[in-house]
Amino acid sequence: MPAIEVKDLVKKFKDALAVNGISFTVETGGCFGLLGPNGAGKTTTINILATLLKPTSGYAAVAGFDVTKYRNEVRSNIGIVFQEPALDSKLTGKENLEFHAMMYGIDPATRNRRIANLLDLVELTEKANVLVQNYSGGMKRRLEIARGLIHKPKVLFLDEPTLGLDSQTRRLIWEYVKKLNKENDVTIILTTHYMEEADYLCDRIAIIDRGKIVALDTPGNLKAALGANASLEDVFIKYTGKTIRNIEEREKIW
Amino acid sequence: MVELRAIYVLWLRDLIKFSRARERQIGSLAMPIMFLLFLGFGFSGANLPGIAHKVDYVKYLVPGIIGMNMLFGSMFSGISVLWDKEFGFLKEIMVAPVSRISIALGRIAGGATTSLVQGLLLFVISFFLGFSFVPAFSPLRIVLGVVLMVVFMALISLTFIALGLSFASNMRDAEGFELIINFVMFPLFFLSGAIAPITTLPPLVRILSYLNPLTYAVDGLRAALLGLSMFPLLFDLVLAVVFAVFMVSLAAFFFERSESV
Ligand SMILES: Nc1ncnc2c1ncn2[C@@H]1O[C@H](COP(=O)(O)OP(=O)(O)O)[C@@H](O)[C@H]1O
Ligand SMILES: [Mg+2]
Repeated sequence: MPAIEVKDLVKKFKDALAVNGISFTVETGGCFGLLGPNGAGKTTTINILATLLKPTSGYAAVAGFDVTKYRNEVRSNIGIVFQEPALDSKLTGKENLEFHAMMYGIDPATRNRRIANLLDLVELTEKANVLVQNYSGGMKRRLEIARGLIHKPKVLFLDEPTLGLDSQTRRLIWEYVKKLNKENDVTIILTTHYMEEADYLCDRIAIIDRGKIVALDTPGNLKAALGANASLEDVFIKYTGKTIRNIEEREKIW
Repeated sequence: MVELRAIYVLWLRDLIKFSRARERQIGSLAMPIMFLLFLGFGFSGANLPGIAHKVDYVKYLVPGIIGMNMLFGSMFSGISVLWDKEFGFLKEIMVAPVSRISIALGRIAGGATTSLVQGLLLFVISFFLGFSFVPAFSPLRIVLGVVLMVVFMALISLTFIALGLSFASNMRDAEGFELIINFVMFPLFFLSGAIAPITTLPPLVRILSYLNPLTYAVDGLRAALLGLSMFPLLFDLVLAVVFAVFMVSLAAFFFERSESV
């Protein structure tokens, strides 16, 4: 049974066709990348898979559960790092993590151990007891990633996880995600505009533009299709006709 | 078990945040205190139609203002789900493996506790502003009165947090917030008999008062604290419970349907 199955998925908003009939499957333990320009429909797809949005039509299942019919079952199998801030700024960093761990029913001993480890990983141990409203953008992002990793879900969604982070922290996060994927068999769906990131972490990549998947293959095959020295960046330009734009604009959120 | 723990965690979060919000605590007591000061002293000694002569107006006012404070605090805390939405935290709550009903109940429990704390604080303060129990009250009657007061306060809280949550579940953002304050909260307050007996209202308007959940709760608070009321105490209690159950069910229904992104 695949970890994720998506068939002819469509999501219409009042004034936009955000997802226009996409299909893909992700095997258990895989790392699947969704690569696409701003507004391509990546976040919408993830929100549907995470049960936050109802699809207009089509089918999607996570861990074998239909996302529209078995929302609670889906939720207990997933973790998600949102693209946009989703922290409680009136709580401390540590309290945000504790809230999460308790909502997911992690026992106190495990909770404390994991929180300590993760705070260490994202280098926030010293700021653990500071209210999140006093965090910088990068600190919030790091905290958010730590939170998504606490409960070791079967399927982990990472929506532009390292957006706005310095390259050193990005590397650390990559290593942790890779370890989670390889050693703990956590299936990962990642959206990103960092080619390097998709290339390094993902075993399959879908290039998505205007709600449609325009290419889907391993990073190696995608690159090979364009010649020996092609980068994913080149692949991206070939299929969507554009570089990944508006990055600066999006980084302003953080 | 998982569901109960989720309710507890959401409740705890509200309490932690409340204990940190000094301005909110003071701010929400300022208005009822001013009402008691200005209205209470302004009209003390005046003979208002519909109020028994032996009761000083300040004393008549205290249960009403406690009701008002509970109404405002509760509505705000119900609507505060919109702030969670604005700051994105609602998504974090909504993807947790917990039923929407428990999430709604956790919020209601948290809001009810904090507004209850404020209501009790206001009750204590009212003794410095001219409130006292009727001399004829025995100690037992006083204890019973306070217990009944807490029950009615809790029912007001449940009812109006749930109403706030119902509104919030049907709104995309906080844009309609002032509309709700002006066209829901203030009418509920003025039509509840909190500051003057509803018997002084024109008959047509009075019908609205009879439909207002707060009317019965305020009447019940008066019965508990002053031993005087329009309706029998049991009638007030039953209606307050019915309204609370209805509103909480409605809130759970709307919250279940709402989209969080
Ligand atoms: N809640 C919403 N209401 C209306 N339109 C939306 C909503 N969310 C996203 N959209 C639109 O859907 C399209 C896809 O958005 P999104 O999934 O966020 O893209 P991406 O994550 O790839 O940048 C965009 O055109 C966006 O404006
Ligand atoms: Mg996005």
